[in-house]
Amino acid sequence: MSELKKDQLEKIAPGTEFTIYCPHCHQGLNLYEPKSNKTWFRLNITFRGRKEELFLSPKVDAFEQRSSLELAEGQVVEDMSCPLCQTSLIESEAHCGECDSPAAKIMITVHSRLIPFYICTKAGCHWHGISRADELRITPKVARQRVPEQDALLRIRNFQEVPYGFTRETALIEAHRCLNCKDPKCRLGCPVDIDIPGFIGLIKQEKFAEAAQRIKEKNALPAICGRVCPQEDQCEKNCILALKETPVAIGSLERFAADMERETQSVVIPRKAPANGIKIAVVGSGPAGLTLAADMVVKGYSVTLYEALHKPGGVLVYGIPEFRLPKAIVDSEINYLRRMGVKIEVNSLIGRLFDLNDLWEMGYNAIYLAVGAGLPVFMSIPGENLCNIYSANEYLTRLNLMKAYAFPDYDTPAPKGRQVVVVGAGNVAMDCARTALRMGSREATIVYRRSRSEMPARLEEIHHAEEEGIKFRLMTNPVRFIGDDQRWVRQIECVQMKLGEPDSSGRPRPIPIAGSNFLIDTDLVIVAVGAGPNPVVFSGFSEIERNQKGYIKPQTPAGRTNLPGVWAGGDIVTGSATVISAMGMARLAADDMHKYLNEKQDHWI
Amino acid sequence: MYPIIDRQELAKGNMVLITVEAPQIARKIKPGQFVVLRINETGERIPLTVAYKDLSHGTITIIFMVIGKSTALLGSLKVGDAIKDLVGPLGITEEFTKLGTVVGIGGGSGIAVLHHLLQGYGAAGNKLVGIIGARERDLLILEDEMKNLCQQLIVATDDGSYGMHGLVTDALKTLVERDNPEPIDLVIAVGPLVMMRAVCQQTKLYNIKTLVSLNPVMVDATGMCGACRVSVGGRTRFACVEGPHFDGHQVDFDELIQRNNTYGRDEKTSLLFSIRAK
Repeated sequence: MSELKKDQLEKIAPGTEFTIYCPHCHQGLNLYEPKSNKTWFRLNITFRGRKEELFLSPKVDAFEQRSSLELAEGQVVEDMSCPLCQTSLIESEAHCGECDSPAAKIMITVHSRLIPFYICTKAGCHWHGISRADELRITPKVARQRVPEQDALLRIRNFQEVPYGFTRETALIEAHRCLNCKDPKCRLGCPVDIDIPGFIGLIKQEKFAEAAQRIKEKNALPAICGRVCPQEDQCEKNCILALKETPVAIGSLERFAADMERETQSVVIPRKAPANGIKIAVVGSGPAGLTLAADMVVKGYSVTLYEALHKPGGVLVYGIPEFRLPKAIVDSEINYLRRMGVKIEVNSLIGRLFDLNDLWEMGYNAIYLAVGAGLPVFMSIPGENLCNIYSANEYLTRLNLMKAYAFPDYDTPAPKGRQVVVVGAGNVAMDCARTALRMGSREATIVYRRSRSEMPARLEEIHHAEEEGIKFRLMTNPVRFIGDDQRWVRQIECVQMKLGEPDSSGRPRPIPIAGSNFLIDTDLVIVAVGAGPNPVVFSGFSEIERNQKGYIKPQTPAGRTNLPGVWAGGDIVTGSATVISAMGMARLAADDMHKYLNEKQDHWI
Repeated sequence: MYPIIDRQELAKGNMVLITVEAPQIARKIKPGQFVVLRINETGERIPLTVAYKDLSHGTITIIFMVIGKSTALLGSLKVGDAIKDLVGPLGITEEFTKLGTVVGIGGGSGIAVLHHLLQGYGAAGNKLVGIIGARERDLLILEDEMKNLCQQLIVATDDGSYGMHGLVTDALKTLVERDNPEPIDLVIAVGPLVMMRAVCQQTKLYNIKTLVSLNPVMVDATGMCGACRVSVGGRTRFACVEGPHFDGHQVDFDELIQRNNTYGRDEKTSLLFSIRAK
């Protein structure tokens, strides 16, 4: 890249006017304004999602600008683009030598030569003029590092994790791709507000355990979130690099930091506030419950976590398969909570073993309900109770929680079939189909009533499923299951669908095409069409306000319910959502609970 | 861990009674409710209905028949051993109201559950008639307890080795079709599915409301998996959270019998494997 040497620039008299060109379409950007008898050059800028025009003086060191936007000093615009060809001018490999913000490239003519020049995106930095080329830091362009994965043909014969994760070397290269933006947009995409540039910066310095600890300031479960978060819709979607190329692999870096911390045994227990003796009961040990427990125990509360099953972790242990989230990792994250002082009571079905009054009598001062959306939804079509038709919950629980893949070493038998059909196309459906392949099924088919673009699963999961040879029958909806004389399922009658107008969910409504019915052969069906609120907890909390679908209806965004001292969060409020959104809600609830208990204590005094 | 503090063999060792220390469950459990237990780390979760509870000692008592690997293993535990996981109370209990005359029909280990349910109806002031049956005399359990609880008790054995020669349905027939029968307000049937199906077919003819206690396959037993779904009156119900008691005339027994056979082959594999391992 050719740059103007400092002495060359010094030869140019102050006030010299340049002609500015777009480096992409090569059109001149200068404009003459007769009223003021001034020349400007024009750029489009994006700030907080708004697109505005910005006029700058094309004179050397003439600090004049005009914009429809009032920008305070220090604010960084998200994008600068050519007003003519609309191409973004942000250069990922260039940032301001003074403040490290991303820089935008323009071309100027000096001595009849086109020379690249850079403008800092931060107001008040080199904003008003043209930055000097020697003050720029140019980093070589590096492509996003690929995470090595287990080969598809190999992995469908085992339950080991599919992505191997970054090595130390690739993690360092990837971390250095981060521009360390002063106004990091990635953070806005994170439901728990992790200091993303901060932890990536620590990885750059090879302080891996410190990087993990930085994440843990906001997220107690980084090894899990690094694996199962939909980063492509959250932090990575907002990464400034995504504008021009591929974003920084934030999720894989998060996983790397957490894995390094765990594998080098450098996990440290955060400093806790002095014990205040106030007791909190958390019902449900999934992502929301674990997060709230971790937050409150750090604040000095005495936290007891109740789990109905025999193993804590909720959906992390019964739902998500080993090849996507190794159970050893969940165990170690839960042990971390135990070491922090969280008491975990398994085999405790709240609602039946203890109801609300029992919990108050046991001396709890606040209760958090995070019981998840654990009720399997069936399609209510004929033949659904035939043998070898399972809910996704049952299929996954047998295999993950009960370890049916190790039958008969473990006593729980696994459902078997040669031609598996999974109904639905969410992450859970992908998990079921991929698990079935690993259990020895010849063929696994996803049946989904809408088209590919509406499939709710993460792209990465769909991609992994395709690599493993899962078949997709889209625009297809089962209408009836057909069994043999022993009542085992043998065929599914399906109908072809077409897409209509968007429905309440915003997705196109699937409409059956009359007379298009056809049969699919199968001997094992897994229904993965969603989940609802499990009513069992409400037998002990009958007063709690719920919406029409049966989910808890909180009174505030932080999850306060109509019952004083009772909060709710996670899937039991939102319906099936992601691990991280449940954790984000738990964080809000923890802060609110802390405030509430503090106020209450003041009142007692 | 839940320690076993008492163990008895009933019916010539075909059935086993164990009493387990579980004070929190004992405090809450009501007649007809059940628990799920997992014996050890590699065990499966099996639902078993509670026969008695003892509040003062904080214990619950389970009576079960040894039929597969898990029940064999459970039966082999001695006093002082412990069960790894125990969850309860599960299922919903009945509202025990005064109806008049309640006839309880029990078969096999179902007699234990029946006894617990009849205690509830007895306490509500109902007149209790018991019919209990077994293949032969030695397989009969809780005869004395039932005799003490019920105003009238009929015992039937398939081979005629004790009591009346015949099935429990024959006993019910004699009860209903004798001269001047007294009206029956409710029949409760607990036992093998074929027995409950036969009782329901019969009471349908007599038009007597019949309650059955179902025992489908369960995994978590907290309403999360749907393994226990049964068709009741054409609607799918989850026996673990909506049951296990349903109106017997509405239950699709044929479907349930088939569903309970889903793992027939695996159960044999599991049992053989555990015997070989020994």
